[in-house]
Amino acid sequence: MTDSFPRFTPVADHALLVEFAETQDEAAHEAVLALDAALSQAPCPGLREWVPAIVNLLVDFDPRVSDHATIRAHVERLLHRPRALSAKPRTHKVGVCYEAPLAPDLDEVARLTGLSADAVIAAHLGAEYRVTMYGFAPGYAYLAELPKALRLDRKTAPVRGVPDGSVIIAGAQCLVTTLTMPTGWWRLGRSPARILTGDEAAPFLFDVGDRVRFTRLTLDDYSRQTEHDDG
Amino acid sequence: MAEAHFSVAFAGPLISLQDSGRPGHLRFGVPASGAMDRRSLALANIALNKPEGAPVIEVSLGGLTLDCTEGAVSLAITGGGFVIELDGQPVAPWSVLTIRAGQRLVVRRGHWGAWAYLAFAGDLEAPLWLGSASTIAASGLGGGMVTTGSTIRVRDTALVPDRRMPLPVTARPRAHLHVVPGPQMRCFRPEALETLLRGPWHVTPQGDRMGVRLKGPALELGDALQIPSEPILRGSIQVAGDGVATVLMADHQTTGGYPKIATLLDDDLDGFAQLRPGDALDFTRLTPDEAVEQARFHATRLADYFEHAKQAARR
Repeated sequence: MTDSFPRFTPVADHALLVEFAETQDEAAHEAVLALDAALSQAPCPGLREWVPAIVNLLVDFDPRVSDHATIRAHVERLLHRPRALSAKPRTHKVGVCYEAPLAPDLDEVARLTGLSADAVIAAHLGAEYRVTMYGFAPGYAYLAELPKALRLDRKTAPVRGVPDGSVIIAGAQCLVTTLTMPTGWWRLGRSPARILTGDEAAPFLFDVGDRVRFTRLTLDDYSRQTEHDDG
Repeated sequence: MAEAHFSVAFAGPLISLQDSGRPGHLRFGVPASGAMDRRSLALANIALNKPEGAPVIEVSLGGLTLDCTEGAVSLAITGGGFVIELDGQPVAPWSVLTIRAGQRLVVRRGHWGAWAYLAFAGDLEAPLWLGSASTIAASGLGGGMVTTGSTIRVRDTALVPDRRMPLPVTARPRAHLHVVPGPQMRCFRPEALETLLRGPWHVTPQGDRMGVRLKGPALELGDALQIPSEPILRGSIQVAGDGVATVLMADHQTTGGYPKIATLLDDDLDGFAQLRPGDALDFTRLTPDEAVEQARFHATRLADYFEHAKQAARR
């Protein structure tokens, strides 16, 4: 049996999962972004919210108003349309301080990758990342396309109390944390950027599909930018 | 304007301010949160002629002791069958009562139910995040956790007569639950769904606002298939690599890479939340169409009940 995509799977009484692939796949993620844009331009009755992820998108609806078949028909109509112009992705510049007190795993990452610490930083700064989805906790935006030279499995045991603003990597992903939480990812540095912005009109710094580039901050830059927050 | 102040003499774990939640932000990693038993939250507010989704205190099995230090205010208590005492005098659960400065209210675990709700006839002071006072327990975002030594303030207080509320049948813990299989059936061995439906299942003590782990037969995964992280809903039955099932609840992670064998009907989740560790439960399979039909039936019935409760509160 061969599966054909997109595949539609009803979830409980109020959602429909639209899958474009089963494994990580560039074209599938593009299709997710296109459907995400199309749904925001052409919502249908009963649509409550939808969640774009890596190769699939979940549509949540009000079962008093709609049902799985109606939502599916709407999504299929959108998929058969010429692709909606998604909003041009924004590119964000996010500062990172890689200095010792804020980069507890930098030397270990250098050792494991066989690079110098400076080469790790250069590789991290050299890439353009894509916001593929949010998950885990509020504001945890997964940034894909970490350079191959930096890809490591996560640690065998998580480290507790990793502070918010930590810039962490594992596998092909990078992430700027928003909360103090345990993590098994590698801590490359710290950012003063606030992904939970505190601005009610635009509460999250990134949208799924946006691009991110990191810029290097000195300890002084970092302190100045964070003092601002604490004051 | 009149105010009432409380000092929290004792608070068990996982007690927080909650309201009807903050839906609409799943795409940014933010679960809807809100009460574990949304129906009881609504009925506590309705009893005081307040909007259904207004902020309340959600009390866990750990229990809560409040000392009223200033003012007086009426409050409504709903949810599980907790033991409630006002200055040492027993009060039935599902009651409206009034507390005054110098009095102590104790809410502690009783014979049934896992969560109780305290709504106040006034405005419970609660910081908002993204327009909601609901607290995400893991991060403290929102109204915040209620801890021993903290202070609770209610503004614009009112006093209403004491009364008992009828306990709606639907507020009871619900052990017979309905699921729609999927969405990742393909990740499981073919017999896993039968195993889920056969049980037996029990609630374990490993439960919080994010999810409740179940004890039961192992739900065997098929070939170790790595699924890319995908969206999760409240009510998803997620199965980790060890075959253990967890039902995801109000503060669930919004995406994850563990496969989901089935998803509970939304209407069953409030009653499921009121089960306690050790309680037995079972699952019945519905088709997606049957699930939607059930959802509509329950929504109509619940709306009728709320209307009835609103009229009772106005009398």
